[in-house]
Formats: sequence, structure tokens, C-alpha cells
Amino acid sequence: MTDTGIGASVRRKEDRRFTTGKGRYTDDIHRPGQAIGYFLRSPHAHANIKGIDTTAAKAAPGVVAVLTGADYAADGFGNPICGWTVTGKNGEGHIAPPHPTIAVDKVRQVGDAVALIVAETLDKAKDAAELVEVDYEELPAVVNIADALASGAPQIHAEAPGNLCFDWDIGDKAATEKAFSAAAHVTTLELVNNRLVPNAMEPRAAIGEYDSGSEEITLYTTSQNPHVARLVISAFVGLAPENKLRVIAPDVGGGFGSKIFIYPDEIAVAWAARKLDRPVKWTAERSESFLTDAHGRDHITKAELATDKDGRILGLRVATLANFGAYLSTFATAVPTYLYATLLSGQYAIPTIYAEVKGGFTNTSPVDAYRGAGRPEATYVVERLMERAARDLGIDPAEFRRRNFIGTDQFPYQTPVILNYDIGDYGASLDKALEMIDYGNFAGRRAASERNGKHRGIGFAAYIEACGIAPSAAVGSLGAGVGLWESAQVRFNPTGSVTVFTGSHSHGQGHETTFAQLICDRLGVPFESIEIVHGDTKEVPFGMGTYGSRSLAVGGTAIAKACTKIVDKGKKIAAHLMEAAVDDIEYKSGVFKVAGTDRQTTMAEVAFAAYVPHNFPEGVEPGLNESAFYDPLNFTFPAGTHIAEVEVDPATGTVDIVDWVAVDDFGNVINPMIVEGQVHGGIAQGIGQALLEGCVYDRETGQLLSGSYMDYAMPRADDLPNFRVGLTNTPCTHNELGVKGCGEAGAIAAPAALMNAITDAIGSEIDMPATQEKVWRAVQSRRMAAE
Amino acid sequence: MYSFDYHRPRSVDDAVRQLGGEAKLLAGGQTFIPTLKQRLAQPDKIVDLGGIAELSGIKVEGDAVVIGAMTRHGAVAASAEVAKAIPALAKLAGGIGDPQVRNMGTLGGSVANNDPAADYPAALLGLGASVETNKRTVAADDFFTGMFETALGEDEIITRVRFPVPQAAGYAKFANPASRYALVGVFVARTPGGVRVAVTGAGPGVFRIGAMETALAGNFSAGAIDGVSVSADGLNSDMHGSAEYRAHLVTVMAKRAIAAAGG
Amino acid sequence: MATVSMTVNGKSVSADVEPRTLLVEFIRQNLHLTGTHVGCDTSQCGACVVHVDGRSVKSCTMLAMQADGAAVTTVEGLATNGKMHPIQKAFNEHHGLQCGFCTPGMLMSAIDLIKRHPNPSEETIRHELEGNICRCTGYQNIVKAVKAAAQEMGG
Repeated sequence: MTDTGIGASVRRKEDRRFTTGKGRYTDDIHRPGQAIGYFLRSPHAHANIKGIDTTAAKAAPGVVAVLTGADYAADGFGNPICGWTVTGKNGEGHIAPPHPTIAVDKVRQVGDAVALIVAETLDKAKDAAELVEVDYEELPAVVNIADALASGAPQIHAEAPGNLCFDWDIGDKAATEKAFSAAAHVTTLELVNNRLVPNAMEPRAAIGEYDSGSEEITLYTTSQNPHVARLVISAFVGLAPENKLRVIAPDVGGGFGSKIFIYPDEIAVAWAARKLDRPVKWTAERSESFLTDAHGRDHITKAELATDKDGRILGLRVATLANFGAYLSTFATAVPTYLYATLLSGQYAIPTIYAEVKGGFTNTSPVDAYRGAGRPEATYVVERLMERAARDLGIDPAEFRRRNFIGTDQFPYQTPVILNYDIGDYGASLDKALEMIDYGNFAGRRAASERNGKHRGIGFAAYIEACGIAPSAAVGSLGAGVGLWESAQVRFNPTGSVTVFTGSHSHGQGHETTFAQLICDRLGVPFESIEIVHGDTKEVPFGMGTYGSRSLAVGGTAIAKACTKIVDKGKKIAAHLMEAAVDDIEYKSGVFKVAGTDRQTTMAEVAFAAYVPHNFPEGVEPGLNESAFYDPLNFTFPAGTHIAEVEVDPATGTVDIVDWVAVDDFGNVINPMIVEGQVHGGIAQGIGQALLEGCVYDRETGQLLSGSYMDYAMPRADDLPNFRVGLTNTPCTHNELGVKGCGEAGAIAAPAALMNAITDAIGSEIDMPATQEKVWRAVQSRRMAAE
Repeated sequence: MYSFDYHRPRSVDDAVRQLGGEAKLLAGGQTFIPTLKQRLAQPDKIVDLGGIAELSGIKVEGDAVVIGAMTRHGAVAASAEVAKAIPALAKLAGGIGDPQVRNMGTLGGSVANNDPAADYPAALLGLGASVETNKRTVAADDFFTGMFETALGEDEIITRVRFPVPQAAGYAKFANPASRYALVGVFVARTPGGVRVAVTGAGPGVFRIGAMETALAGNFSAGAIDGVSVSADGLNSDMHGSAEYRAHLVTVMAKRAIAAAGG
Repeated sequence: MATVSMTVNGKSVSADVEPRTLLVEFIRQNLHLTGTHVGCDTSQCGACVVHVDGRSVKSCTMLAMQADGAAVTTVEGLATNGKMHPIQKAFNEHHGLQCGFCTPGMLMSAIDLIKRHPNPSEETIRHELEGNICRCTGYQNIVKAVKAAAQEMGG
């Protein structure tokens, strides 16, 4: 290991610009002549639009244009789509009602855009927006998915009777029922997985620009996957052919899934720029982000675990209702199905599983992938059940898990729900976590807390996730509309520096550093001489972007493959330069050697020769510039154990997290510092979900009550403890780097671990978020029951 | 924000002359500017008090701490005089908003706004402070008249607040987990005139709890209020806490405030 | 329109602005200093923190006119002659940032914090950063970085 190669905690390249204010986020970009766009949005959750009068607004000072849904429809362009078809129990694909880019005759959520005002300044656009007269006819709204699927609920889309999008299942129903009938014990839990707002700190933004000479549209936008945005806006919206549409995602201030999706707002901005032949910039205000960013989670689940008399799992049965909001976001349907139910086997050898999921529409913001996407929901179900069952059965929760783990001798392990785990050692992570938290002395710590009038609890989450998304053929067979490979291009410059073009996109993950370490390791190029380029469809080859903890496992493997091609070509050049046979050339760390001799040449010399090919092997093309595409052979399966320890103040219901141990198996690690940072951030979001964050809609009016940081509790520095992070390693078997992905693990493990700790402390089940009042009430009712 | 004219007078008299019509005073702006940004207020003129030096400052005058209306929360929190005379007041000021809000937000602005979840009104009422304006002096008991309502007249500007130094005082705040405003804040003071218990956050405005004050008069200790039940009637109820929970927290916070006051 | 003048990062600037212009708008749009960010509209996230006359404030909650005559420092003014400020170095060394969006405000708040608490405890740092929200890091490495910077700055 070198100090900048694989395995080193190299300090990040990108920090210099971010700490000096030189980052370049979308809103930082100023295009000559740019006007400002502002969306007038529906104040109603559900209403018919009887008419829109824009006359006064158009005449207001500084107004460039007031554009409505009718204008958009008249131009004949398409709308955002959902790119994953889920086939239900009835053998038919899910119902996908249209999602108008700008509302035409109906609004279905608070925040639906009804007009786009373009003006010289934001203030002037807002002044004019107040002059737009919209005649709404209010309709009854429904926000809760159980309410929406009940008979008599307000009908949101004519295309979706009963607000049902699909009724889908997975697994063996008959075998599972049989297992339950043979069970010695059945543990049942009803769980709500609370709706979250992703809240990347940079709000979404877009600048559309049209060049009438080249007829090219450029869209600067906050995207995790600019090529996918280009594909959708080109192929489905039809604003411009792909070769005339350039999407640039510059520095992006966090995504967590919310910037994967192709939203109506960005489409409308690009359209307006083209229509007005003038750059148009729109930046969401935070309150707008609350209404229009795709939310996460929002499941209601009944889960049952059947066990035998020895505490071995016989089967798992799950029924989930998933809230999609008013419209289907880009990958909405995949989240509560193939990213959720396929993970229900957890780390356990469960002979049979049956899960049913009903997805439906409500008058709320769309719901799609948010950090973990389906996998946190699955882990929450499995790990809350495991903890509950262990307590019911009187078995130590660590022992109960261990008894049911898939053994190290069982890999590759075929679960009953599609996935095939390649490798893992779940006992190793559990053991290390138990040791780190000093599990043996928990009883003493608990007694000490009780003496101080506090209730102490400990909770586990032994999670698994499917990352490195994903083998294209596999996801295609499950309904994905795209392949999920990744691209890379590794280009030597004549003087030996390297520029890497990657289809992955970094919005906090530190790719510029991690990928450079990979290059440094494979090609022996100094760290400082490596540049990573991403985020511009005109510069980088088509790529699928960053989500699902895929960048290193898929994008990194593509880079490694391109490096192999570079080395292979380099060997031919080196052989020629050293007058040796290609087969006699050995390559290591940037040096080509003739086997058995002291003759050698460096990668830099080879690169120079490739660009100044005065003395060059016959039949070899000049240049040193190789591309690779990598389509993964399987998902990767990061897994581990998190243990949370809490103290509850019974007087107020306040939960104090007193210790947190995370032991994760991410396979090989390139930059431990960055990996640890990802774990911290993931846990923080998971703690946010369990303790603080919850989207609250008014059940009658459909208004978002938690629509700003005044009411949506974001985790702050003083809400969180320090996390103690440990690693185990079973290298992934099917990518050459042996890596699995680390970005989502914390958010997947944390909610279950924390809720298990809290329920352990208070002795009863509550739903997330475990607000102070909820915890206090639980403690009160337990105390009353005891008296 | 809607469009407005901006004035920055150099004296209180100057400021008063600018008032009238839809003019509004700007103190620290930490509530007012967000309100303007949301277009929830439409003043035609903003009169910025930030240029009036005479409105800032902290002085100990006899048995009172007198703080200028434009004194920032951060200055009160960091003041050695305040820390010595009324440490509970310094602590309260140091817990308002966050450091950046405390660097801008002012005593006068907070008091004039009378947000039902603000901290300062509890201190004024709890200490039996008096509000001095360009026209008169108003006792805290008469000043806070309702939610976002005060006894201030249209052309009246708070100049200073006079806090009598208590024998002991304590403040305990249970913060809203999102906004960090007081879900419940209780200020308890033992003064020559008796014990005062003032509550913010829990109701539509700051209020005193007579039953607690009576119970504490003879026995200034947390245990003394065990028998006092706080009714949930009329208390606030929202997603962060029901009226019943707030009522319960009033007692818990009162006990913590008493303990902080050495009781 | 009104004329506003101030010193920003040591340079005198002056412009005619609408009185409703926020300080952050003036900094970003008039001066094109885009290191100062806007992450919320309720004065809570702290991405917009700058120093006005040496104190950290939220530039989204201050009119440009209120800063008339003041000395303003933004994140762009921290490094001098290419030499990074200890807080910048510490955030890099301790991985106190990921996406970088909250970072400028975090740095500006941290400097003010260290000025008032030269040798801050972890608890003090966490409490003092109440007005800055980070969604990426979980704060642990930010706290570490602030502590290290305080030591470096002579606490």
C-alpha cells in the first residue's frame, strides 16, 4: 500500500475548492442574459382548475413570460415518466397515470406547479405570481395510504380506480402458510415506516439555455445521473434529441436519492429557455423542496415471523402498503418491491417467505428512493421482528440472531426472494460489535442508569443490503427500463498525467479522491497528476450515475477494467521500446519490466511514446486512451451489525444515545477515512428517521404541516453522539476490486437498531419517529400498568 | 419580500418621526426578516433601529440590571454584569436561537414581537421587569397582552428593560426539536416581593402560575410544587406536543428551574 | 433603489440595490461571491453564515442595507495569499465535509465559536454549531476538525 493508493486514508482532492468557496453548484452559475423562473404552486392538495388568468401577471414590471400547463401541452412535449414496470398479481403492469409537467386541469398535491413565471429578478417574478388568478374547485383530499386504498376514498386519478397502482407479491404463499401452521410461536408486529424528506442541503436547481445556432439545449442541474436525465428528457419528453441536449451536473450538494429523479421543474425550465430563447434559472427555496422533492419511505406493514420450539425461523410473512404520493416518480415502483421485498431474508436462513405489497396514490408529494431505498424498510421489518421474537421467546437477541444466521459454509446462498448472496460472515460482524459495545457488562450499565432514574436499553440491527446496482439482464427481467452498467474512460495525456471520465457522479462521496487512488494504484501515476471528470454529458461517456451504493462497485470496476486495457496496450509499447517479446513483459505499479532482466520502462515513458510514436510497434494505434463498460454479474451484499445503547429520561421522554457501535463488511476498502464518513452520515440520517424526522400532513386538508426546518426536525450536532465504527471483510466475489459499497449502510441499519434500543428501554412498541411525547406516553402507560 | 423604503435613523426621536402608515420597526430582524421573506408582512417603510447607539448597552443601576432594547442576545449572554447579577438571565439569553441569531437578535425585538414560544418574555414576567419606552414605563405583568400582542402603541418604541435583581432565579427550557424555540420554558424567581413563576411556549402567550408561586413562597424547593396540578386547558397543541404533554412539562421544567435557582 | 457600501474581504464595494435585497443576495448576485450558500428560507441551516464586523451572522436574515458601512468577511476571505486558514486545513485533515454545501457557513461559524471559546469541549462545539445543519457527515468529523483548529489557533 502506498500513501495514496488503495487502502490509504488520503485527504480529499475536492476539499480545496469547497473550503475556499470555489465550489461550483448550479445556483452559482450565472449565464449571460439569464432570467429567473419561479413556479406558482397549488395551495390545495386536490382541486380542479376551472381557469387561469395570467393577464395582469404578464403586464407586471420585469416579467418575461407567464407560462401555463396549457402552453406546455400546446407545444406537444411529453411528461416525466416512471422507468420501472412492476407486474402485479393480475399479470399486468402497474398503473401509471400521467404526471403533467405543469398542471392543466387538476392539481393533486400541495405544490403542484400551475404556472412558471419568468422575470428579470426573483422578487419581480414573485410579485407577478401574486397577480396570476387561478380558479380552483377544491376536492376532498387523502394523504394516508390506508385511507386512500379504503373504499369511498377520494379518487385521485381516473386511470387508477381505488387509487391502486399495483397489488404485487413475491415468494411462496402456500409454503409460507404451511410453515406458519407448523410454528411453535408466531411474532407479529405492525409497523409504520415514517415518511421522510431527503433534505440534501443544496436545494434542487436548474438553468436551461438554448443555442438557436446549434439548436442545442444545455441544462445545468442538480442531478446524480445527468445521462439518465438527458435520456428521459430526450426520449420521453422530446425537448431535443440526445445529441442536441447537454446535461451538466456540476458540484451537487448532496443527493441521497432525491436528485436521481427527472422532475417536472427541470423539464419546464429547459422548455422555457428554449421557448423564450433565453437562459432561465430556477432554484428551489427550501419550503419548495419540502413540497416537491421526492420523499422517502412511507410504508404501513404487518409482519409475522414463525419460529419452532428451538428458536429457529420457519417462515416470514409480510404485507405492506406503500404510499407513492400524487404521481409516480422516476423509480418509485421499484422501491417497495424489488429493492424491498427481495431483502426480507436479511442475514438469516429463512426457509420460506411471502410478501405482498400494495402501492397506491395519495394527495401528497411523490415518494421514491431515499438513502437505502427499500432496504432500510426491509431491514426495519426484519430486525424489529427479530428483536421482538427474541424477547418473546426469552432468547438473548444476539444469540437468537446467531442461531438463524446464514452460515459461512452456505454461500453462495439463494434466498427465497430472488437474491443470491455471494459471500458474507455475519457472525464475525456481530461478534466484533458485541465486543466493542462491551455487551457482557450491559446489565451493570442498565442498573447504574436505573439508579439515576433513567431507563437504559440496547438494540441491534444485523442488516444486509443489495448494492452495486445492478446486473442489467436481471433488473431488466424484473421490469427496469434501463441497464445498470457503468462506463469509464482512462486517458493518458502525453506528459503522463491522467484524466478519467466516469459515468458515476459525486455529490459528496469523494470520487475525485477514491477513483484517483485506484488509478494511482493500478497505473502508478502520482495522485496529483490524476483528474476525475464527471457530470457533463458532453464530456463523459454515457453513464448511469450514482445511487444504490454503486459508484465504486460498478463505476470503479469499469475504471479498473479500462486500466487493464491501458496496461495491456502499454505492454505492447514497452515491449517494442525495450526490444523484447510482449509475453516477456511484466507489469507492476507503473513499471514495465522484461522478465528476468533489469531492463524496464515506466508508464510515463510508454504514454509519451504513445503520443509521440516515432518509435512504435507496428499495428498498434497511437495514443493511450481506453474505455470500458462494466455490467455487474450480481448485486453486492454489504452487511453488518449496529448496536445502539440509549438512556431514556422518563420525566420528559427524551432519548439520549449514549453509545453506538457499527461493524460493517463492505468488502475491500479503498479509502477508510471516506468510508467511515459515509457510515457516520448514514447513521445520522437513520437516527433522524428514528428519533426526529417525520413528514406530517393534515389528514383533512392535505397540507404539509412539517414543511420547513421550523417543524421538520433535522438532526443537529447536539442531537447526535459519536459513532464507533469497525470493519470486517469478506471481499465481494464477482468484481475485481472485491468491493461492495458503503453509502447507504448507516441509514439502513440505524433506525432498527435505535428503535430496538428504545423499545428495550421503555418496554413497549412505538412507531418512528420516537418523539419525546410518544416515549413519555409509553413510559407513563407502562408505569400505570405496573401500579 | 415586497418592496419597501428603508430608513436608518440615528436617534429614537428620529425613528418615531418615521413611523406611521404601514411603517415597521426593524430591530435584529431574526423573526421579522423571515416574515418578510415569506411575504407575510407588507410594510411600505422599514425603520431600522440598528443605527441608534443609545439603545444598546447593559448597566447595573442600583438593584436592577438595565438592558437597552437593541442589545443583542449574545451580548447579554456574554455579559459579566448580567452573569453576576442575574445568572439565569444570561443563561436564558445564551439559549435563544443559535449563536448567529444571538449575534443579531435583540431584547427589544423579542419583547415587542411577543412570540408565544420566545424565551425573553418568560424572563421579564418571571423577574417582574419593567419595559421602558419613549413614552412610559410598563410593568411586564401589563405588557404582554396576548399572542404576538403587547401594550405597545403605534408610535411607541421600547428603549430599555429594567430587570430587578432577584434573590435567586432559574430558567429551564424544553426545546422544540425542530425550531429550538421553547416547547415549554419556565422562569422561576425568588424576589423580595415573592416568588414568581412564568411560563412560555406552553400557551398562547407567556403566563404566571399563581398556585406554584404560593406553594413556593413557604418552601422554595422542587418538592413544594408536587401538589400543584397544571391544567392542559387552553395550552397549545401541535405535532411537537399535545396540551397534556406541555402541561406535564411545565411541572418538570419548573422543578428544574427551581433546582437551577438553588431551591 | 438605495446605495449600499461596505468592505467585503478587505475590498470596498458599493452598489445601488433595492432595499429589500438580502445581504446574501448582495454577496452572491452583486459581488458574484458564490461561496456563501442558501440552504433554507427559515434562518436555520446556516449555509449563509458570514462575519459582519467580526461576528457570525446569517446573511439570509439580514438586509444588505443593515450591513451598510460594515466589514464583511465571507469564506472567500479566509485564505490569505493562498495560505489556508487553520479551520480550512482542519476540515480537510479530519474529513469534516462531504458535499461541501454547508461547509462555508460551518467554517464561518466555527471561527466565531473558537474566538469565543478558545479551547472548546466537544459539548460546547456541538452546542455552538446549533445554527448549522449538515446532512452528510453526522457532525462527528466536523467536531473533530473544529477541535483541532482551535488547538492550531492557539487555544
